[in-house]
Amino acid sequence: MSVHLDRSKITEDPGHHTAAGRAAEAVAGRSLYADARARFFANKAAMVSVIVLLAVLAFALFGSVLAVWDNETIDWDLIGVTAEHGAPSLANGHYFGVDELGRDLFARTVQGTTVSLMVGVVGAAIAVIVGTIYGAISGYAGGRIDNLLMRIVDILQAIPYMFVLILLLVVFGRSIAMLFVGIGLISWLDMARIVRGQTLSLKNKEFIEAAKTTGVPGLIIVFRHIVPNLIGITMVYATLLIPNMILAESFISFLGLGVQEPNTSWGALISEGASTLQYGMYWQLGFPLFFFVVTLFSFFFIGDGLRDALDPKER
Amino acid sequence: MLFYIIRRLAIALPTLTLLIVFSFLLMHMAPGGPFTAERELPPQVLANIEAKYGLDQPIYMQMLEYIYGLVAHFDFGPSFQYKDRAVNEIIATGFPVTLTYGTLSFIVAVLLGGLLGITAAIHRNSWLDYFAVGLSIGAQVLPNFVMGPILVLIFVLWLNLLPGGGWNGGQWQNLVLPVIALSTSYMASITRLTRSSMLEVLHSDFIRTARAKGLPKRVIIFKHALKPALLPLFSYLGPIFVSMITGSVVIDYYFSTGGIGIAFVNSALNRDYAVMMGVTILMGGLTILFNLLVDLAYAWIDPKIRY
Repeated sequence: MSVHLDRSKITEDPGHHTAAGRAAEAVAGRSLYADARARFFANKAAMVSVIVLLAVLAFALFGSVLAVWDNETIDWDLIGVTAEHGAPSLANGHYFGVDELGRDLFARTVQGTTVSLMVGVVGAAIAVIVGTIYGAISGYAGGRIDNLLMRIVDILQAIPYMFVLILLLVVFGRSIAMLFVGIGLISWLDMARIVRGQTLSLKNKEFIEAAKTTGVPGLIIVFRHIVPNLIGITMVYATLLIPNMILAESFISFLGLGVQEPNTSWGALISEGASTLQYGMYWQLGFPLFFFVVTLFSFFFIGDGLRDALDPKER
Repeated sequence: MLFYIIRRLAIALPTLTLLIVFSFLLMHMAPGGPFTAERELPPQVLANIEAKYGLDQPIYMQMLEYIYGLVAHFDFGPSFQYKDRAVNEIIATGFPVTLTYGTLSFIVAVLLGGLLGITAAIHRNSWLDYFAVGLSIGAQVLPNFVMGPILVLIFVLWLNLLPGGGWNGGQWQNLVLPVIALSTSYMASITRLTRSSMLEVLHSDFIRTARAKGLPKRVIIFKHALKPALLPLFSYLGPIFVSMITGSVVIDYYFSTGGIGIAFVNSALNRDYAVMMGVTILMGGLTILFNLLVDLAYAWIDPKIRY
């Protein structure tokens, strides 16, 4: 990952330098990324989403500092009367109320938010790394190798992965680590396809031809010249992948097959909240659901914003 | 065309085989045999039981036998938890239920979604268009496991109009909430897709020509615009089918409809690998079959596709 990021800086930098250099001469030129940044900042929905997302992130990171209770301690005063007296209150320190067992919902929501965000980011990171390398190699190699690699993706995509993922979780034990592995296994397929398409259009460009004629080996061309040029599109799809990973994890946890107690995630919290609706404990569904919905919205808006910013002809 | 069919089959069959082999191997990697009970059996008894179920054979023989049973008699083998029930019976009780509300949801999603998308594109910037856009954005964050509780809260707990779950032989009251919960997010993405593809078609040159020569709007839309606008929807049906099959697990879990999904969840909690594998293979097979049909239909409808 770090290797990719470093190279993205390298590709970005010459743009800034030339822009700065030309500015001294006459009209200020704008690099592709400066242009994209300006367009992104002008997108109100995306900017609001960035702020909201930062707030959610701050909640996940520093929420436990504010919490009076921790996520496992049971408030014995409220047990058995959670429906009557467990509602959110500032007086007893349960800002979001308590769950059916008398545990503090604020602390549990903080914990669920952390887990869900982590699953989303890790899943998307695996997708970016594996998908980019796989797709770039497939597209650049072309011919029989490309055919074979893409048929493998076809085959994997035709399988209803959720069933296989649950099978994996049951066989290898339901842990967060296994959840990461399982979600990572399927997340890269779309990314590989997209990256391959981009690579196909890149590989006939003049600068690749120049590299080839000067005798640069194929793998180095892929990593030094093709992959850096894919950063833009990878970023966009990574942003759109994060909410999908979160959705997948929540789906499994909703069924009680994902993260296990005392750990929790948005899916597990929503599931618990859904089961206590009939007692009128609306807060138990409301708070986790609010964070879930707001975060997914933000990711989708940021992803759309990034896509519009990097690819103006889409609009 | 024949060549295309053969090539498509050449992908579909290995996919199914791979799925079967993979789940079979996975099942055998699981810790503990199916007859490892809390009270340990005498070794001789265990050996006899394993011989009865063919578990003393080498693994590739077991796998070949399983595949043979599957292909020849559609037999998924015995369940490991319910000693008296075969996986077939468990599937046979749940599958009709899943099929009923699944088919309904699929039809609702495709018809309503397509209709809404097309109408929204024709009447661009009307209140209907805004509604369609709002819905397609909103439903992205309202997957079935969120829609379920919200629907129950409104229609069961507050309005007291519908039952909160159960199947009851497929009465319409029991079908309404599952179908809405399962179809909404897919309907929204279909709306989004058809709206944007219809808009693209309406802005293309041949539609402008048709308008320029004075064709009535009705003829332009129904005769020229509709078919190319609906084509992208076709390639989207496969993925939607997969997500809906997956989503049915949540419906069965939350609404207690008794479909195949609840058998899957329970078997996952009980570690009943035989049932899990049976359901996975069945759902995988259905998905592969559906994708095959969609692809063939697509190749038949779209003259531009190369095969």
